[in-house]
Amino acid sequence: MPQNEYIERWQKQHGKRLDHEERTRKRQAREHHQQSKDAQNLRGLRAKLYQQKRHAEKIQMKKRIKAQEEKNVKSSAPEEPSKTPLPQYLLDRSQATNAKALSSAIKDKRNEKAAKFAVPLPKVKGISEEEMFKVVNTGKKTAKKSWKRMITKPTFVGGDFTRRPVKYERFIRPMGLRYKKANVTHPEMAVTVQLPILSVKKNPQNPLYTQLGVLTKGTILEVNVSELGMVTTNGKVVWGKWAQVTNNPENDGCVNAVLLV
Amino acid sequence: MATLLPPPTKRQRTDATEKARQQQDVESVPADLGSIRVQFFDQATGSATGPAVSVPVADATVKNLETLLNTLQGNDDDERVPYRFTYQSDDKDKQTIDILADLYHSLLKPGLKTTEDTVPLYFTPQAVFRVKAVSRCSASIAGHGEAILATSFSPISSSTMVSGSGDSTARVWDCDTGTPMHTLKGHTSWVLAVSYSPNGAMIATGSMDNTVRIWDAKKGQALGGPLKGHTKWITSLAWEPYHLQQSGAPRLASASKDSTIRIWDVVSRRIDTVLSGHKGSVTCVRWGGTGKIYTASHDRTIKVWNATNGTLLQTLSAHAHRVNHLALSTDFALRTAYHDHTGKVPQEESEKVAAAKKRFEQAATVNNKIVEKLVSASDDFTMYLWEPESSNKPIARLLGHQKEVNHVTFSPDMAYIASAGFDNHVKLWNGRDGKFITTLRGHVGAVYQCCFSADSRLLVSSSKDTTLKVWNVRTGKLSIDLPGHRDEVFAVDWSPDGQKVGSGGKDKAIRIWRH
Repeated sequence: MPQNEYIERWQKQHGKRLDHEERTRKRQAREHHQQSKDAQNLRGLRAKLYQQKRHAEKIQMKKRIKAQEEKNVKSSAPEEPSKTPLPQYLLDRSQATNAKALSSAIKDKRNEKAAKFAVPLPKVKGISEEEMFKVVNTGKKTAKKSWKRMITKPTFVGGDFTRRPVKYERFIRPMGLRYKKANVTHPEMAVTVQLPILSVKKNPQNPLYTQLGVLTKGTILEVNVSELGMVTTNGKVVWGKWAQVTNNPENDGCVNAVLLV
Repeated sequence: MATLLPPPTKRQRTDATEKARQQQDVESVPADLGSIRVQFFDQATGSATGPAVSVPVADATVKNLETLLNTLQGNDDDERVPYRFTYQSDDKDKQTIDILADLYHSLLKPGLKTTEDTVPLYFTPQAVFRVKAVSRCSASIAGHGEAILATSFSPISSSTMVSGSGDSTARVWDCDTGTPMHTLKGHTSWVLAVSYSPNGAMIATGSMDNTVRIWDAKKGQALGGPLKGHTKWITSLAWEPYHLQQSGAPRLASASKDSTIRIWDVVSRRIDTVLSGHKGSVTCVRWGGTGKIYTASHDRTIKVWNATNGTLLQTLSAHAHRVNHLALSTDFALRTAYHDHTGKVPQEESEKVAAAKKRFEQAATVNNKIVEKLVSASDDFTMYLWEPESSNKPIARLLGHQKEVNHVTFSPDMAYIASAGFDNHVKLWNGRDGKFITTLRGHVGAVYQCCFSADSRLLVSSSKDTTLKVWNVRTGKLSIDLPGHRDEVFAVDWSPDGQKVGSGGKDKAIRIWRH
């Protein structure tokens, strides 16, 4: 368990306060009063910041309402008959083109053995150890031998990771550079969905980086594709699939990947 | 490292065996219940076979009742018929109960009847032959260049099958050897519907190019050019039942997206009648054995037409959304005409017609009346069971699906209805009153089509999840899972003689499955 989630941990162990539901309900009910009070009474910089925040919130709200309305409207555009052959009973149905309807049309390709190892980015530029690690020299002993390293690149840290005692912790993976999700593109369908990362399978730079879960360009990830609704030839739902990172996450602040099919 | 559990001690083992024995004992019938009086009624005619007979409760199993009834009917040893027994209560709700194993567990134990009463048992003869569940893929035949959209077995035997594909051809396959026989080229767009004529001599294909074509099934040649007339694509085809055909002049009904149904004279290649009246795309057409044509449409109605003069007889409207599919209780008998399970074909034309008529009447007779039931599946997640002959109102509303119902089918003995929905489930219903029986769960994608075996004991369903599944109808359990297709399975058909199942889908390969 990550160390910062102490509130959740406490709630798991002891349950919530008995009046928790009521308190949250009341807080929510009071929220509008609080907002209007703030809007009227705040002065100076705080008022400015507050209005900025409200402005952004209101934009989001309007966008959501609009999206909701659009969802309810039936598109009146004449439906193009699809290019791929469909049986009679599927012809007049609006084809669900969202990512959930991703088909498993590309299964033939997976059968070819070579295709399994052919990745979109076969070669990547090397990263030196100096660039990857920063030497930590805080404290008397640590400074003397300089054995502690901080990883300067984005990493994926599994959900069940707990830090070791400071004395034994050789590599520090900073919280701010940890990623749980990747924007994965399906190459054939040309749709992008945000999927949870399950593990780092291979970092082409160094096996050690694979162990540490470093996310650099060309890294092979395993992502959770269960919500895409893919199935194997046996009719089982596919859960984990591999994807390759296509960007430099440290430059972009997000992990973009392409699914290996 | 996993910890190994110690083996069970002697006491645990003896306890387990004791428990198992006790549980088995509960299943058995108590011996001290004496006897019960049973009177047999024919389900088809409603008449009793004779006076009530007294049967010991301990021995009143289905097997023994079968033997008793066979003796009462005077059947010889070599022509013994398996029967299914049902009990219909006299209450208002007219509950019907299948006798599954014996009378005690079905009637006495639930408290529906006591040993004091006389039990009326309705019997229906079951198929004397037994279809074995298909279990392996005997052939995967490539040939089509695009997805396969429709398949149909010949009514004559399981050795030929036709499939329509997105590559604008239909192909005839030799299923015994797993080889292509003929390629029916001529359409200019996808072939959406294929249908064998009831005598198996001709094949009709309907296409996206708005035409219908007729082919010689033996030679694989076109019989004339396209039948033009529709302005939109063809959705469904139905041949005139064999016993209604004028000798040598069969007719064919085609339903189209242009909201009309056209009846073609196949020999003179002319439009006989145009049935117009629907306000939306016609999705399904069925030609009943009493000379009526049933059509379902996107305009939420089902219309019943007179096939001889093309007049509208009835409009059945109850659905709240487009109607996707129709099934007649006599579909199987009409499809196979005079081809029965013995494989004997009458020589003379008149004998063939008589045989076809007899088979139809045998299938349709209930209580000495010819009754053709109709079930319709719709996008409003429900189905309706109709008896158009007697009423414009449905007999039953079949509720339970949680998404659109795409396909519905009657079992050949009319006892069951199976429905396939986009909610990944196949549901089974009682064919007489539309009561829900069970849900067949197992598919992980939308179920597109399903098909009963000829003896009504098995059901095969095809799904978007790339598998076929064979279900045991009686137990409602998965019999055999048939993975193998690489992609969605659009069409499946069980041959009328029960030997093979043919399926095709998006992966462009026809697969033949057999026992």
